[in-house]
Amino acid sequence: MEFFTISLLNGVSYGLLLFMLSAGLTLIFSMMGVLNFAHASFYMLGAYFAFQISEWTNFWVAFVVAPVLVALIGGAFERTVLRKTHKFGHVAELLVTFGLSFVILELVQLVWGRTPVEYKVPAALDGSLFKLFNSTFPTYRAFMMVVAIGMLASLFLVLKKTRIGLVIQAALTHPDTTEALGHNVPRVFALVFAGGCGLAALAGVIGGNAFITEPGMAQAVGAIIFVVVVVGGMGSLGGALIASLLIGVMQTFSVGLDWSFIGGLQSLGVDVTPETFGYPVWKLKLSQVAPILPYLLLVVMLVVRPKGIMGTRDE
Amino acid sequence: MSSTAMKPLHFKPLNGVRIVVWSTFALVLLLLPVLARSNFAVTLLCLTGIAAIACMSYNMLLGQAGMLSFGHAVYTGLGAFVAIHVMNKIGGGWPIPMWLIPLVAGFAGLGFGALLGFVTTRKAGTPFSMITLGVGELVFAAALMFPEFFGGEAGINSNRTAGTGWLHSLGLNFGGQIQVYYLIAIYLFVCTAAMYAFTQTPLGRIANAVRDNAERAEFVGYDTRWVRYLIVMASSFFAGIAGGLTAINFEAATADLVHGTRSGGYLLFTFLGGVGFFFGPIIGAVLLIFSLVVLSELTKAWQLYVGIVFLIMVVFAPGGISSLLMLNLRRVKYGEWRKMRWPYAGMVFFGLIALWGFAAIVEMAYQVQVAAGSGSVVTVARIPMDASQLTSWLIAAVVLLFGGICFEIWRRKFNKVWSEGEERIAEAIKKAEAAIV
Repeated sequence: MEFFTISLLNGVSYGLLLFMLSAGLTLIFSMMGVLNFAHASFYMLGAYFAFQISEWTNFWVAFVVAPVLVALIGGAFERTVLRKTHKFGHVAELLVTFGLSFVILELVQLVWGRTPVEYKVPAALDGSLFKLFNSTFPTYRAFMMVVAIGMLASLFLVLKKTRIGLVIQAALTHPDTTEALGHNVPRVFALVFAGGCGLAALAGVIGGNAFITEPGMAQAVGAIIFVVVVVGGMGSLGGALIASLLIGVMQTFSVGLDWSFIGGLQSLGVDVTPETFGYPVWKLKLSQVAPILPYLLLVVMLVVRPKGIMGTRDE
Repeated sequence: MSSTAMKPLHFKPLNGVRIVVWSTFALVLLLLPVLARSNFAVTLLCLTGIAAIACMSYNMLLGQAGMLSFGHAVYTGLGAFVAIHVMNKIGGGWPIPMWLIPLVAGFAGLGFGALLGFVTTRKAGTPFSMITLGVGELVFAAALMFPEFFGGEAGINSNRTAGTGWLHSLGLNFGGQIQVYYLIAIYLFVCTAAMYAFTQTPLGRIANAVRDNAERAEFVGYDTRWVRYLIVMASSFFAGIAGGLTAINFEAATADLVHGTRSGGYLLFTFLGGVGFFFGPIIGAVLLIFSLVVLSELTKAWQLYVGIVFLIMVVFAPGGISSLLMLNLRRVKYGEWRKMRWPYAGMVFFGLIALWGFAAIVEMAYQVQVAAGSGSVVTVARIPMDASQLTSWLIAAVVLLFGGICFEIWRRKFNKVWSEGEERIAEAIKKAEAAIV
């Protein structure tokens, strides 16, 4: 019970972080048809900026300033580079963001070095919030969840209740009509791109100190958020939320469990020895296969339901 | 990307131009190691040959069918692992000659292509890219999970001189690097010919159609998913051959052969070489090995330079180096190239100045950040720069700014001259067509 509750809480907080990342990615994708390969790089940039700013001032300044800075960089990239490749089609757009991820990684190493930086949780949020049975739940995890849910709610409100949200939604499905009505659709695109990058950076600000701030952090989540977007259904925010939580909880639980096929088969009365066919597969523990579970989910999803959880189109 | 003039189709597989091109290619492959003369150069040639097969097989996906894959190293890498295991079996007495190993690896690649491609090709376009990335991660994670097959961190070693056969009795046991080179060269020639022939088959043509307009291809009656699946299988067959040659060349295989970094490298350099022309990936392979072996020796920041060059190419020359080459050849053909000499010279001159300023800043930053232990002085193109002095940073910045501004001025001039020439060429083509009618 203790394991279950703590794992569930950790899983949900990790899942919410994944959602903060995939929300921006999904928005950008469904609006511009651009898969931002550098999305996780903006997440990393957010963490590093937050580290640097909190070195100079404090965490709360970084919490506000870092996402804004990264959003500005994202917007500038959209206006100066990405827009130029638009005429060459989606492959060129994907390639340009791929190149950007490469350059950001190198620049981060150039400025902050190849080893992890000491980006710490602020003292006010350090320590445990409550004690459950024998385990403690860190305050910072709760803070992460609050920020993520707050962001979720404000994203929802902005998209559904404000004027700009309505324009964004209109531009999402009918860009030509929206343009004909006098809205500057390219500027809306730049805004969404910048906003998506800002969201990724916010995830980096609160995720960088909860996990680890190092040059490899972008690659570590990059592939996972792609899985989230495909499993959730291309372009569906609701699907991305479900998939994020699913993957977050799944990964957190699996690293803590030592189940293996051998155990299962033995309890059924089948004896498995090193001579049995396929022993290397049977002996694997669930905690060992944890890193590949999201990808297995992706494969299963594609075979069973190629359009994803909430996807509408098949192709 | 290449403009095809309207002319009646005649199927003449062996025409004069082709015979000249392919015999020159064979001759170059034959003579290169003689010209190279050093062992290091032969090693480089081996790596380049393998990379050329890999990049061309990648271009079957990207150039021919418009499928941007982030997981091509899965097929080269798994091919290499199967090859290394079969090589060890040969040492244990299996009666397979060593020179057939790349073919075995090719069929292994084909098998994995059939297995994994079944999943990845369920989607086209951008989702396809994301799924290949996921499958690539899956295979890499699995590689660390099954040390029995992948050898864990250390990898698996083998011996390419094992086995017997009539080649062995002739003294050809692949002991020396030069013998490996000629094995690679033969495979490169055959694979290049086969892949070129593939582009001319109906399937190769339909792949072009699916790339350009999947919806229309579907309306004509082709199952686009099935086309993608077949292309992935064909491509992974050749990727597997490249993997098998890697296994023979290094006599070892480690898990990083299937890592995403390698897939990214294939993508990056195939694109730099140019996806629009069949020979583009060969240029890409030369650049890949040059960057990996030579450039990385010169500077620690080589990946940054490669990344920036890549970004610039995607924005300004999405056809890659081969398209730049062909565009300039067209200028020469229409007698327009002479006008371009000065704009080119100016751009190159100021471009190099700007590059020096940029490189000085990057190298000094790396010196401070990564290699602080070895002093603060770096030499950038023979000029020593002291990273601890503010003046050297200022000098570098001023040079970068000056070079950059002059470069931009010349670039605008160049653009003007270029588009004027382009108009004249278009006119000349129109006239020539009118003359035929």
